[in-house]
Amino acid sequence: MICTALTVTAAEVDLNQYFSGLNIIVALTIAVFKAACVVLFFMHAKYSPGRTQLVIIASVFWLAVMLFMTMSDYLTRRWI
Amino acid sequence: MPREHYLNATYGIRSWLLTTDHKRIALLYLASVTFFFFIGGTFATMIRIHLLTPKGLLVTPETYNKLFTMHGVAMIFFFLIPSIPAVLGNFLLPIMIGAKDLAFPKINLLSWYIYLVGGSFVLYSFSTGGLDTGWTFYTPLSSVYSNSAVTPAVLGVFINGFSSILTGLNFIVTVHTMRAPGMTWFRLPLFVWAQYATSIIFILGTPVIAITLLLAGMERMFHLGFFNPQLGGDPILFQHLFWFYSHPAVYIMILPAMGVISEIIPTFARRPIFGYSFIAGSSIAIAVIGFFVWAHHMFVTGESTYAALTFSLLSYLVAIPSAVKVFNWTSTLYKGSISYDTPMLYALGFIGLFLIGGLTGLFLACLGLDIHLHDTYFVVAHFHYIMVGGAVMGYVGGLHFWWPKITGKLYPEFLARVAAITLFLGFNLTFFPQFILGYLGMPRRYSSYPPEFQVLNVMSTAGASILALGYLLPMVYLIWSMRYGAVAGPNPWPATGLEWQTASPPITENFEVTPEVTWEPYDYENRPDLGLAIHGAPSPAHGDD
Amino acid sequence: MHRTGELSGQYRTLEQQRETASLGMWVFLSTEVLFFGGLFMTYTLNRSTYPDVFSAASKTITLWLGAVNTVVLIASSLTMALSVWASQVGKKKLLTIFLISTLVLGCVFLGIKGIEYHDKYVEHHIPGWNFNFEPGADVATNAHAQLFFSLYFGMTGLHALHMIIGAGLLIWLIKESLRGRFTPEYNTPVEIIGLYWHFVDIVWIFLFPLLYLIDRH
Repeated sequence: MICTALTVTAAEVDLNQYFSGLNIIVALTIAVFKAACVVLFFMHAKYSPGRTQLVIIASVFWLAVMLFMTMSDYLTRRWI
Repeated sequence: MPREHYLNATYGIRSWLLTTDHKRIALLYLASVTFFFFIGGTFATMIRIHLLTPKGLLVTPETYNKLFTMHGVAMIFFFLIPSIPAVLGNFLLPIMIGAKDLAFPKINLLSWYIYLVGGSFVLYSFSTGGLDTGWTFYTPLSSVYSNSAVTPAVLGVFINGFSSILTGLNFIVTVHTMRAPGMTWFRLPLFVWAQYATSIIFILGTPVIAITLLLAGMERMFHLGFFNPQLGGDPILFQHLFWFYSHPAVYIMILPAMGVISEIIPTFARRPIFGYSFIAGSSIAIAVIGFFVWAHHMFVTGESTYAALTFSLLSYLVAIPSAVKVFNWTSTLYKGSISYDTPMLYALGFIGLFLIGGLTGLFLACLGLDIHLHDTYFVVAHFHYIMVGGAVMGYVGGLHFWWPKITGKLYPEFLARVAAITLFLGFNLTFFPQFILGYLGMPRRYSSYPPEFQVLNVMSTAGASILALGYLLPMVYLIWSMRYGAVAGPNPWPATGLEWQTASPPITENFEVTPEVTWEPYDYENRPDLGLAIHGAPSPAHGDD
Repeated sequence: MHRTGELSGQYRTLEQQRETASLGMWVFLSTEVLFFGGLFMTYTLNRSTYPDVFSAASKTITLWLGAVNTVVLIASSLTMALSVWASQVGKKKLLTIFLISTLVLGCVFLGIKGIEYHDKYVEHHIPGWNFNFEPGADVATNAHAQLFFSLYFGMTGLHALHMIIGAGLLIWLIKESLRGRFTPEYNTPVEIIGLYWHFVDIVWIFLFPLLYLIDRH
């Protein structure tokens, strides 16, 4: 567990070197991975009843809906 | 020796203010939401009187802005949203699932106190300059330019949100973990399904308006720029965040009422409900899909055409589960043995009025029509049909239906039927003219109007006075019945459901022995233990027989 | 409702109580996801609208302090998880040690945050308080940078508030664990406060890249 956390954090410092616009995607992917580790293992979500997993999935899904549908308004304003 | 039950088990003000008994907390909520109903109703009265004449009869335009704002804030946040969940839901949910109390009784009490604190802030705002931003708090009016008491109001609504969140949390966990043996998900009463679906919305929606109002409040206090175009902010962002909660909020207001109707109709038609699993599923569907339609409130804000198309389509979709319910209730009535008791009158009224309100929602979901109808009285009529003709009728009908259980007394039936009909007639006279006014182009939130609209406005005000009578009558006779009403037995209607198998009023622990459920819900054909059979069923007990 | 030992009156068994508490905490955390989510939404929109100013503003917050804080917080999550484990196997002394470690790490985090806030104060980067992004900045840049910093303080401030609450809960846990209250049969408070603490960690896991790692080149 410690190894996972530390190596991943180390990777972050290297992100300083990236110049492309993909920086944020890489950074967030790593963040998602770290968060998933915390949720699954530290919070025992992997070993929790189905309804707990449903709660987790629902909250992430709802957050995604809010972000995605709102941004879709802004990003499609120039389309028509 | 009078029998001991939850009302007389302990005495004194401390035993009420520090209670953790869900039934007592429900009554505490009943008192407080009724208080805010009066506050909102007072503003409504002033609005309708003001609109008797084209130039406005009562107040200045600036004050008029405050009237409709405070009417909305009081009614939506402090009456409608808590009403059925916090009063009927709190009282009935544990009993309906065979539990002794909710999962977290102390948190239940806490949520009432949080409600009071939030309400106090809002009352403080009302009495120190009022609020003139509309209940929608659109920026930058609310966060920059308004000279009214926005900050305490925003704080009050923010705090009140936590009351809802804790109630929703309590309900969800209770339904998952506290059901009695044998009470499987598909034996749950539909009222419980409705509360569960409502609680999903409480949990996932309320935090968003909480943070949004917090941001707007901070913008106002510290001159930040989130929603202020002059500082690079975006007012449309506020609207997105605000409606992300506030649209699902309207489903918070209607779903519990639908749950009440689902309980009343089978009882007074003496038939099992038609399509139980579809009604249960449609509650969840409404809760879920209801989260994906919010920007239909923003069609004229300049949102992208693609967004408008998407939200319009989804708004049509969300009507489908509601239609499923209406079909199923109507099918339950078919070949039933119908008795027109007061709760049934409210339920039947609900179906008709909700139908009109819902269908007019479809008018508004249509992009082209909405351009014409947005911000007119058509919208006002639409949402009052749903919220008053729907939610409030469901609430009052539910209060009547469960009154014998809550108080152990029967209300006077004849007077109650008169009140129900008065309410129905008054309601329609108040709000149907508003559909016409909106179609003809009268804008909402305006303190004056062209003279040709006066006749319809006067009709609406006349209707409002009848509607007020329809509300006052039950308040009088329900309170009267607590002292002088006929004693109710455990099951006066009679109805299926665990709540009718315990005493009226129940003991503090709800059941002497934890029940074990072995029967299906709404089994009006097969319950010899309740003396029920579809033909020759006993007629409902009445308080003035 | 009265308690018999650790069992509250509305429950039938300790197991039911534990399951209920756990589900309750998870549902509460889902409200927190949406609560912080509104801030993330505001951030997302503003970042996509003003990418250059946000990038410039992000450069003025100290990356290595943020990185250290990330390590500290993840480590505190580890010690919290270990304390839950210790309570499950009945190792009471280890439980207390891990709880104290978690609290200490949490305080380190808050201390570093305090240093960062002080730096921002010195540089006039606190919105509404003599805000000036940099000498010679035009009005628009100043306004947009103020947006970044409003979000920076709003998001990290809300996060810090949650950490302070978490620290308070940990102090209570430490007190109770010193009294020997937690056993393999009853360790529910440790478990659910642990869930809360991990959640606060997860919020930071996302805050860090979003606020500190914007296109630094």
